Amino acid sequence: MDILLQQIINGLTTGSVYAVVALGYTMVYGVIQLINFAHGEVVMIGAMVAFSVIASLAGSTLPPLAIVLAGVLAAIPACMAIGYSLERVAYRPLRHAPRLAPLITAIGMSIILQHLALLIWGRNPLAFPQIIDNPSFAIGGAAISGVQIAIILLSMVMMAGLSWFVYRTRFGIAIRATAENVHVAALMGINANRVIAATFVIGAGLGAVAGVMFGTYYGIAHYTMGFTLGLKAFSAAVLGGIGNLPGAMVGGLLLGLVEALGTGYIGEMTDLCRWPGAGSGTGWMGERCADGEHFVLFGSNYQDVFAFLMLILVLVFRPSGLLGERVSERA
Amino acid sequence: MARALIEALNLRIHYGGIEAVKGISFAVEEGEMVCLIGANGAGKTSTLKALARMIPAQGEIHYGAERIDTLPAHDLIRKGLALVPEGRGIFARLTVAENLAMGAYHRDDKAGIASDLERIHGLLPRLKERAAQVAGTLSGGEQQMLAIGRALMGRPRLLLLDEPSMGLAPLMVEKVFEVIRAVAAAGMTVLLVEQNARLALELCSRGYVMESGTITLADNSAALLADPRVRTAYLGE
Repeated sequence: MDILLQQIINGLTTGSVYAVVALGYTMVYGVIQLINFAHGEVVMIGAMVAFSVIASLAGSTLPPLAIVLAGVLAAIPACMAIGYSLERVAYRPLRHAPRLAPLITAIGMSIILQHLALLIWGRNPLAFPQIIDNPSFAIGGAAISGVQIAIILLSMVMMAGLSWFVYRTRFGIAIRATAENVHVAALMGINANRVIAATFVIGAGLGAVAGVMFGTYYGIAHYTMGFTLGLKAFSAAVLGGIGNLPGAMVGGLLLGLVEALGTGYIGEMTDLCRWPGAGSGTGWMGERCADGEHFVLFGSNYQDVFAFLMLILVLVFRPSGLLGERVSERA
Repeated sequence: MARALIEALNLRIHYGGIEAVKGISFAVEEGEMVCLIGANGAGKTSTLKALARMIPAQGEIHYGAERIDTLPAHDLIRKGLALVPEGRGIFARLTVAENLAMGAYHRDDKAGIASDLERIHGLLPRLKERAAQVAGTLSGGEQQMLAIGRALMGRPRLLLLDEPSMGLAPLMVEKVFEVIRAVAAAGMTVLLVEQNARLALELCSRGYVMESGTITLADNSAALLADPRVRTAYLGE
């Protein structure tokens, strides 16, 4: 099996999900400079709602794809409603408060949503019912599954759709105008509240689909899944340049790739027995490594480290992100 | 006397504990071109911002028969009140065409928007040449033209202009004022705030002189240009 190609395929899959989730962070940040830390929980609730619907329809005579579609179509409005409510109830009253206040509120909303999910769905993971076959296709020594193809394609469609909306439609241009100068945008007759609410709703709708994709990929949904996924997507948004839409897309894909390749190779790279000298000596290491044994320092359970390592590196060396503009531009 | 298109009564503006505008009253009638002159910090920009509801103020603001001092800023362009803000306020990351489209954001009459765009391209041909360019890369003068063009795309009845000459080379100032003259000649009501008192008074029929948050003089332009107080304080004579 070709590990490199396989990990690229896996990385593009998770990276697509990160990118779609990252768009939710970056759109909101672009307009009101708030990190909506509850966004990861919105994504989680999308997965939970969809899995509930899919599980309840699994025994019916509907075609499997229609059942999955019903799950997604239930998750999208549910998440949009939560995104809208978050903005309306939690953030709008703090619009003119010091920046720390909405940030702490965002963390609070994240905890509330997570525990609401715990109350509704319980502490056990929901399993994705095995209603559709997941065919596997061989390409160049690696395998790509039907679910992976679907995730990558659907993410591309959503990203293209959002780009079209934001760069080509009147309301999309109004969103960018508001992000640049909310006071002047008001002079154009643009209602900032409506634009801000729209960014939350759109981000939540994308997040709902991302949640379903992520849950489907790993086969389970759990009330804590939004935390790590959200943090990684946030890292992706920072990596690309927070507030920058193409940046979130690039950052998400790149983060997924780094994570997958890192996970794929970290075991090999930190296997002391493969290090020159260490494994062939006559000391205890040599004995330990005899007969093709391994002595691996870091295994693939370190998967989550890569995203945050990248976040730290970006914050240290290029705080404005890969595609971000100079930080000093916004006074 | 015709009813004023815009009238401020006892307008007061505070920044924290500091009173920047101390209860001023003035009016501009339909079709008139009026300027508000005065030194830096006299309260001119604050006054315009208050009229456009960008900052809170006490007192009354009447627009035609309606009181607008309780409306949100984004409702005013629908009523025909447009402000070209100080420092131009163009959307630097949007293209010139997108900036102009935002000027017509509140309108739904596609044919009207298209014909207005054509008219503005005729008036400001540079904007047509640079339609696809990101606005932040324009020169200062071109940005000012864009800001005016964008306001005109809203097809306003009243145009508030805040320091259109600011930061521009003399030749460019001339061009900008030519445009303003053309706009006014087409019947637009204009309230112009300007530090360059001579330019403003030569362009407008009447003027108000502001000093430390109050209106100290109000007269027609010829009288103000001849007034010794204006001549020494604002015309550098």
